[in-house]
Amino acid sequence: MSVYAGVVGPAPTRIIVGYGFWIFLLSDIILFSALFATYAVLQGQTAGGPSAHQLFELRNAGIETVALLFSSYTCGLAIVAIERRRMRAFYVCFALTFILGAVFLSLELNEFAGLIARGAGPARSGFLSAFFSLVGLHGAHVTIGLLWLIFLIAQTAYRGPVDYVCRRLLCFSLFWHALDIIWVALLTMVYLMGAR
Amino acid sequence: MFGKLTWHAIPWNEPPAMAASAMIIIGILAILTLITRKGWWSYLWHEWLTSVDHKRIGVMYVILALVLLVRGFSDAIMMRTQLAMAAGNAPGYLPPEHYDQIFTAHGTIMIFFMAMPFVVGLMNFVVPLQLGVRDVAFPVLNSVSFWLTAAGALLVNVSLVVGEFARTGWLAYPPLSELAFSPGVGVDYYLWALQISGIGTLLAGINMVTTILKVRAPGMTYMRMPVFCWTSLCSSMMIVAAFPILTATFGMLLLDRYAGMHFFTSNGGGNFMMYVNLIWAWGHPEVYILALPGFGIFSEVIATFSGKQLFGYRSMVLATLAICVLSNMVWLHHFFTMGAGADVNAIFGIMSMIIAIPTGVKLFNWLFTMFRGRIRFEVPVLWTIGFMLTFVLGGLTGVLLAIPPADFQLHNSLFQVAHFHNVIIGAVLFGLMAGYYYWFPKAFGFTLHRGLGVVSFWCWFIGFYLAFFPLYAVGLLGATRRMQHYADLSWQPYMIVAELGAVVILCGIAATIAQLWISIRTRDSRRDLTGDPWNGRTLEWSTSSPPPAYNFARLPVVDSIDAFWVMKQRAGAEPADPAPAIEMPRNSANGFLTAFVAVVIGFALIWHIWWLVILGLAGALILLVTFGWRERVPVEVSAEQLAADAGARQRAMVPV
Repeated sequence: MSVYAGVVGPAPTRIIVGYGFWIFLLSDIILFSALFATYAVLQGQTAGGPSAHQLFELRNAGIETVALLFSSYTCGLAIVAIERRRMRAFYVCFALTFILGAVFLSLELNEFAGLIARGAGPARSGFLSAFFSLVGLHGAHVTIGLLWLIFLIAQTAYRGPVDYVCRRLLCFSLFWHALDIIWVALLTMVYLMGAR
Repeated sequence: MFGKLTWHAIPWNEPPAMAASAMIIIGILAILTLITRKGWWSYLWHEWLTSVDHKRIGVMYVILALVLLVRGFSDAIMMRTQLAMAAGNAPGYLPPEHYDQIFTAHGTIMIFFMAMPFVVGLMNFVVPLQLGVRDVAFPVLNSVSFWLTAAGALLVNVSLVVGEFARTGWLAYPPLSELAFSPGVGVDYYLWALQISGIGTLLAGINMVTTILKVRAPGMTYMRMPVFCWTSLCSSMMIVAAFPILTATFGMLLLDRYAGMHFFTSNGGGNFMMYVNLIWAWGHPEVYILALPGFGIFSEVIATFSGKQLFGYRSMVLATLAICVLSNMVWLHHFFTMGAGADVNAIFGIMSMIIAIPTGVKLFNWLFTMFRGRIRFEVPVLWTIGFMLTFVLGGLTGVLLAIPPADFQLHNSLFQVAHFHNVIIGAVLFGLMAGYYYWFPKAFGFTLHRGLGVVSFWCWFIGFYLAFFPLYAVGLLGATRRMQHYADLSWQPYMIVAELGAVVILCGIAATIAQLWISIRTRDSRRDLTGDPWNGRTLEWSTSSPPPAYNFARLPVVDSIDAFWVMKQRAGAEPADPAPAIEMPRNSANGFLTAFVAVVIGFALIWHIWWLVILGLAGALILLVTFGWRERVPVEVSAEQLAADAGARQRAMVPV
């Protein structure tokens, strides 16, 4: 179909919206890549402060990973449910997505608070600046995603599964999956390689 | 209560700054009074400020660019005057701290608020028309993009009146731009203004990529798209690829300044060469984000006014794509002196030289298009020929600078300043001026005054050579960039010639303003009723001038490149059926309101007025939820309306 897109004229709105949002996600991934590059450069710059090896524990990161990946799974189920107009399943899955996302976020905030309490805050060294900004940017995305999710639940409940609401749900699910991809890179580069 | 903002922020005891501020404030008040007296507010609000029509947004972008061209140029002529005076024992008239603000503002304004809005404005106006469709993919987002750019421009200009601007050069390299060395608000103005406008540009790029890839007239396959659409696509893809890096880099510098972090500081484990690398990973693609649409404009112009199909369309597309890819791989040539070692420098030097190959292909394509063409020397053709001469010279000095050993000598000299003005004025500004003249009748329904257009071209052309070729010479003699004063009196003659060049360019700008004024006054005698004043080849000329809000009542069906040219060859065919009703997006204040909140938040952050930041963020959240919650009902354009418009156009085209 896409090969002939030029022949038939403008694509349907659903395609345009999904495609445009996907381009936005690509730009977002580039935003992260700049911070990944910075982290890679500044990783060893501890300025006499604690290093990755001393600070990170894999257990916390592991639970975070499980929570986030499962939230993506339930998000995917929610999208399947709304396409089949199974509203109850949709709400259950979307609520689970929210809860798992909130668990992820609280674990991350907990970790941040612990580090700051130990004197390993973002202003301590170049390494910690890069760490807090990279992981924090992901956390900020999750936070925005959770707010967006609440909004979408309200809108779906109020307007029903009409076209434009379904398009937004699709965009949300793209967003949520993209955050997963970024987290997997983050887990590998920051935690797995750092805690060694 | 007001953070760092006190009465001392207003430069009471600096006469030049106060005079400029007074002029700006009086100018704005005069315009506002005029609008109120004439009762234009309602028209302005409903037809322009809230418009989601890509053509109107494009026009507003270009107006913004032209206004800031004047602002950026006044900075330029102030610098040239200073350097013509400040030799030997003469101190000139600008103290160093002012001079530093002026060169920073000049670079920042010319790139971010003159060239970018001009380029994005022309893409916005032209691309949907050339693709034969009714609007861009996301019309409301388009309005948001424009208003965010305007918000950034406003913040930069507020710095003239309240506070100061950065003194760091247009890319604000740390550690100079860090809090320890720039404690004032200048760098914060710079950073927040560019963050806001940068997000606007990114959204515009996403919009344009989606439009070109997903919203085209039936039959408009990739290899039938006009070259300007191709260059806009490549430029927009580079916006999507490069601007997030700019946002991230400025974000990190902001964290350094506001949260005491250590990304780019010289202590605490920071690494300021990281900033230089990142900023040029955006900065070099940015050069081509600006230049590629210029190349597209020249391609359209030269084909139209030579009366021939563009020579080597496919090679032109390939060359554009090659430049799009290669320009992401050369950023290190901006700082060969970093000390990355001979191997790295050699790779980046060779990559930089390779870009000359696709660019050379383009030049030959333009030349061969003219060869045996029936060339009409209209104003856009003058700009195009002027570009070809100037850009080749700029390209040659570019290849010279791409040789690392030569670069070590020329780095940070006026030679290098001359080089990048040579390519940016030669390619970008000449292209934009050509496009401005070329598409003006499409936007407003009447042509621009030709004579003053010719005057403007020659002033710019001669003025450019006078202003910048002496800088090549004096740069080779050892003059560095960003110097406010020099001891060697033998440089002064060069500087005086350069000043003369700036004055000639001033005449060119004056001619452009006069041209606009006179053309508007005499518009009734210069109406373009056909919609096709240049005997054009592409679809934008197939609709009326100015086009209706919906562009095309029925989307054209395309079966070749130069679609409109081919349609004209088959004249007399197809008395079209009446078009069915269509839906158009409704006007929206979202863009304007978003920009308003962005300015409030930006200003509050610059001055550390934390309660206002919180208020602004709360406002932003409320706006977002409101925008998202409202149902947007499109406006229907009825079949009767479409038929009436078509009839009116038919009657207008019948010769009297």
